[in-house]
Amino acid sequence: MARFQEYSVLGRKLPTEADPTPKLYRMRIFAPNEVVAKSRFWYFLRQLKKVKKASGEIVALHAIHEKKPMKVKNFGIWLRYDSRSGTHNMYKEFRELSRAAAVETLYQDMAARHRARFRSVQILRVAEIEKKDDVKRPYIRQLLEPGLKFPLPHRRTRSKAWFAANRPATWA
Amino acid sequence: MAPVQAPSTFKRFVEVGRVVLVNDGPFAGKLAVITEIIDHNRALIDGPTTGVPRQSFPYRNMVLTPYTLAALPRGAGTGAIRKALEKADVAAKWESSSWAKKLAARDQRKKQNDFERFEIGLLKRQRRDLVRKATAKEKKAATA
Repeated sequence: MARFQEYSVLGRKLPTEADPTPKLYRMRIFAPNEVVAKSRFWYFLRQLKKVKKASGEIVALHAIHEKKPMKVKNFGIWLRYDSRSGTHNMYKEFRELSRAAAVETLYQDMAARHRARFRSVQILRVAEIEKKDDVKRPYIRQLLEPGLKFPLPHRRTRSKAWFAANRPATWA
Repeated sequence: MAPVQAPSTFKRFVEVGRVVLVNDGPFAGKLAVITEIIDHNRALIDGPTTGVPRQSFPYRNMVLTPYTLAALPRGAGTGAIRKALEKADVAAKWESSSWAKKLAARDQRKKQNDFERFEIGLLKRQRRDLVRKATAKEKKAATA
């Protein structure tokens, strides 16, 4: 199914005699599996705090499931992206059924438009846009018009066989 | 929508409430309803009366039918869709359409085994025989 899953990763520094109860850190990470989720957790945490994997432990790791996976939502995603010449912040909007699906499309979109790999994209925030007026991007806005309808003008029926007896008709 | 538009020559639109025929996947050949448009490639479809579960589905793999459920709100629940489908009597309309009959006939033909195909061959031969005899008779009557 989906390539990405949202994980809640909880980790901390290993307890020592000097500090028997180290501070816990929790992150919501989008990753294809648990192994990558833990790896990304350590990657981000060691950038933010003086904790690293060698001297730390994962306390808990849970998959976060979408609350309403059958409702179409608009998501805003803030991200940081390393291009070939510098680092950029970006905001993009997606219309999807789940946060994980929105992130998946985001990675696809970044790969398509900017040839960005997974490693060069950091997701800062994923938020559902509740109100229609808060949608900023025209490419999402145009899908929210009341009474939206459009035809499918150029259909191509594909024959299951290798050879078709008739030339396909693409109108209708 | 744009304020002034020439009337479209298209008759079937992707819109909320449009009944579609699923064309691919495990639910191929079943009817479903567009409950919400996700984007230019996909819609959320639901077919409670035909067993198509609510899911995101690409337009590529569906065909728009001439039926719509009027006044279905955006993102209506499965129960509301079931009611609307039953009220509009889409299933009966579909069953009686020549499109559905054609599909059913094609399906039946596909399911035949070798013996059944042989039997049909025999029946066809009988039919041809009748036609030939009748035309020969007519010809004879015309020349005489």
